[in-house]
Amino acid sequence: MHELSIVSSVLDQLGELKKQQPVGTRFSKVGLRVGELAGIDVDCLRFGFECVVKDTDWEQLALEIEQVQRRQRCPKCNAEFRAENWATACPECGEAATIIIAGEELQIAYVEVEE
Amino acid sequence: MSQIVVEKKVLNENQKLAAELREKFREHKILVVNIISSPGSGKTTLLERTLERMDKSKRVVLLTGDLQTENDATRLSQWGFRVKQIITGGTCHLDAKMIEKHLADWPLDSFDVLIIENVGNLVCPTSYDLGEHFKIVILSVTEGEDKPLKYPSIFVKSELMILSKVDLLPYVPFSAELAKSNARTVHPGIEIIETSSKGDGVDEWMKWLEEKLAAVKSGELVSA
Repeated sequence: MHELSIVSSVLDQLGELKKQQPVGTRFSKVGLRVGELAGIDVDCLRFGFECVVKDTDWEQLALEIEQVQRRQRCPKCNAEFRAENWATACPECGEAATIIIAGEELQIAYVEVEE
Repeated sequence: MSQIVVEKKVLNENQKLAAELREKFREHKILVVNIISSPGSGKTTLLERTLERMDKSKRVVLLTGDLQTENDATRLSQWGFRVKQIITGGTCHLDAKMIEKHLADWPLDSFDVLIIENVGNLVCPTSYDLGEHFKIVILSVTEGEDKPLKYPSIFVKSELMILSKVDLLPYVPFSAELAKSNARTVHPGIEIIETSSKGDGVDEWMKWLEEKLAAVKSGELVSA
């Protein structure tokens, strides 16, 4: 539901970034990285993006979303693993309190510049 | 075609502002909690039970968020503690800027605990850091036991889960054990307190707050 404000934040930051580029620079694509713990509905984000860029200077901007799975690290044995079905205990040694190392991302990874 | 590596958080602005707020709260040794739940889970009711028991000398203030109306602030203001309503006008979450704005005329040395009642929503508020020490999630027994599995993010990020309306357990097909076990599946270390609008568990919850405040005052608890 807050995907529209997420889109606005992305475009605000791209606007700032564009000011730092040579005049006339056009961005053709933006790459976002969205973790499964970020609380973002990716379809909603895509739809919100289309709605917001329509009839603006950003209309030609493509959106690519990389979804990131939740991964955990065990503080005891250092095993790293995918937390399937939210089961976060270490599959190697059984330790219950493991640490989130991926899956919380909500980042602008890159923009592509039209030459 | 060339690429510019950006690698920035989407909510960079909110994050920056939240970090500034957190620094101010640290300086003034203020405990800040951010209460999140679905609409109707009992956030305001829990706070009513809390304030009516709270020693009037305690320096507690509240910010309460809703899309519309001052109703919650009116409900909560009858015990003499300072309460301010944040009307988001349709936005489904509170952000750091709203917190900063609504705290502006309360001197930071005039309170020890800030309780933020977020907009009723289990999803969006999860993404917005408000500079708090702890997120607290409320799950009521009239919802599903599988909420922690369906909406894991907020349960992962919450220090404490309040299981509310437990006085209704005899009347609803809800297994408290299953709900707690689901919460611990997504967040093994989550603390759990059971409460009801009749006052069950409220003392335990207030003790929790008291202990966290003591840890903030002693410098033992610093939020990252």
